[in-house]
Amino acid sequence: MQNSNDETLTRMPDAAGHYGPYGGRFVAETLMEPLLELTEAWERFRGDPEFLAELEADLRDYVGRPSPLYHAERWSRELGGAQIFLKREDLNHTGAHKVNNTVGQALLARRMGKRRIIAETGAGQHGVATATVAARMGLECVVYMGAEDIQRQAPNVYRMRLLGAEVVPVTSGSRTLKDALNEAMRDWVTHVDDTFYIIGTVAGPHPYPAMVRDFQAVIGRETREQILQRAGRLPDALVACVGGGSNAMGLFYPFLEDRDVRLIGVEAAGLGLETGKHSAPLCAGKPGVLHGNRTYLMEDGDGQIIETHSISAGLDYPGVGPEHAWLKDIGRAEYVAVTDEEALAGFHRLTRTEGIIPALESSHALAYAEKLAPRMDRDAIVVVNLSGRGDKDLNTVARIDGIAL
Amino acid sequence: MARLRAAGRKALIPYITAGDPEPVATVPMMHALVEAGADVIELGVPFSDPMADGPVIQAACERALAHGTALHDVLDMVRRFRERDADTPVVLMGYLNPVEVMGYTTFARTAAAVGVDGVLTVDMPPEEAHELVRALRAHELDPIFLVAPTSDRRRIEAIAAAASGFLYYVSLKGVTGADALDVDAVARKLEEVRAVTDLPVGVGFGISDAARAAAVSVVADAVVVGSALVRRIAEHAQEPAAAREAVGGLLRAMRQAMDAAVHPAETARS
Repeated sequence: MQNSNDETLTRMPDAAGHYGPYGGRFVAETLMEPLLELTEAWERFRGDPEFLAELEADLRDYVGRPSPLYHAERWSRELGGAQIFLKREDLNHTGAHKVNNTVGQALLARRMGKRRIIAETGAGQHGVATATVAARMGLECVVYMGAEDIQRQAPNVYRMRLLGAEVVPVTSGSRTLKDALNEAMRDWVTHVDDTFYIIGTVAGPHPYPAMVRDFQAVIGRETREQILQRAGRLPDALVACVGGGSNAMGLFYPFLEDRDVRLIGVEAAGLGLETGKHSAPLCAGKPGVLHGNRTYLMEDGDGQIIETHSISAGLDYPGVGPEHAWLKDIGRAEYVAVTDEEALAGFHRLTRTEGIIPALESSHALAYAEKLAPRMDRDAIVVVNLSGRGDKDLNTVARIDGIAL
Repeated sequence: MARLRAAGRKALIPYITAGDPEPVATVPMMHALVEAGADVIELGVPFSDPMADGPVIQAACERALAHGTALHDVLDMVRRFRERDADTPVVLMGYLNPVEVMGYTTFARTAAAVGVDGVLTVDMPPEEAHELVRALRAHELDPIFLVAPTSDRRRIEAIAAAASGFLYYVSLKGVTGADALDVDAVARKLEEVRAVTDLPVGVGFGISDAARAAAVSVVADAVVVGSALVRRIAEHAQEPAAAREAVGGLLRAMRQAMDAAVHPAETARS
């Protein structure tokens, strides 16, 4: 691609939310006006100095930003290749990158005069991050969660309830994240006047993919500044896990125009791409329309959405953000997949070599870094987004190790 | 619809989900709907993630999908319906993704060939619909669009420009089968719609009984009833004949109440 095209990379999407053929607004008519209203509000406040100052103060004092960029020296030495730096989103308040976005959207909700917040959640991380900001602002909060996931993620359900949120079990469809999203949309269409829907990832109808990316781009901006300060140059590769893709998009976005920086998104191969039991629409899916946007999907030959599988509930989603779909097609980002087993090995290795227990989602990125780094020179630099901490996954990992907690 | 309007009769449009509770039940049910007074049939194409639907139609989609009812099966049901009924218009109502997978051109060509008259994809507002509308029009199919309580004049104009056949006014903020119908609010909004377009306007979402159908028919050109019928199909999932009887009974009651509401004098005489 020509240099002249580079500047268009960061100017996506177009006014109606398209990234090439992807994105857009595919919702029933009732939601169109609320989406236009939200788009207008977001466009107004994203450039409003007062709003941005408030956001920055919250990210600093409440979330704990900037998050450190940590040189994992021992792990890098063991792998014998590139120097690996970890962007420590796991050290944020609530333990993951999700809160960067919920703080931003909650501030927007308040500016728009909405009193009620709704959200969908899979593993519960976005639900917790939403319930957290709602508690702080005194907003009513309802979180939709698949009945299946409620069983699997009991501690996060209790956390949300402690924070004052109502957690509504969703029993339709596959009773997981995608169904929770459907149900949240149904709530929103019924209560559009007073309700703000905080979507947790860079998917859904415009403006969500762009808005969530903008709120998460603080990850990439900080990383850029930190690595320039430490190494005096940009990294050779960025690696991040991709479910819906918000932590990856937040890390990648400020580097899109730096062609020499490889951008690598890691999807969940589950039991293996060849088994069909995975959550890797970019690696093994096809373009289609779901949840308000056109993107790569896991679907059958009739266009029905199929059930996904991943050891990590946060990656267990049949779609992916439309900007990732576009970056894949134009070749600006690469997308790979690692299995449950590889992710689990990455989880254990980081824990034992660096004393950091990563989330199973982030462990997918770590597992790919273990394949990538040894093939690179020792002075090469790889940044891995450590998007969340692993405390929430202790039950899952213990169960696999045959230990009852 | 225009013919009905000229005759002063309000159209009754029942919705059922194709393949619910099983594929063999659908074509006989469609004939039963016509016998009970349907002027147009809205045939739902089942989808795994029906975001705009309430629990009743979600469950119908799940029952149909459990039998593997795909878009090409639904088109085949229309083909078989047409063997005995060449006249009653059939509108397919569903979500975009199955149509995307089939391909717009293949879908439009096949739908026209089997005797479909109109297509409503609920998650496709006119802004995103240019290509599909072109494919539908090329095969003389009517693109049907939703108008909502939240649609402002500018949007109503854009929707009317893209649509033909009729407009489908969503009577409330909510999902199908909701229980929050406000007939006065509907009447006010329909005035706005009529200031913009001459297209007939059907009203649906939340019309569950004869009284509500009658009240809406006074202000609308057509009344769409879905969840109330689908609920009866679910109640008689094991007995197709009883399901047809229950559905037919409600439709006939609606038809009668609508005619009485629109032409009180004539009905009193007859």
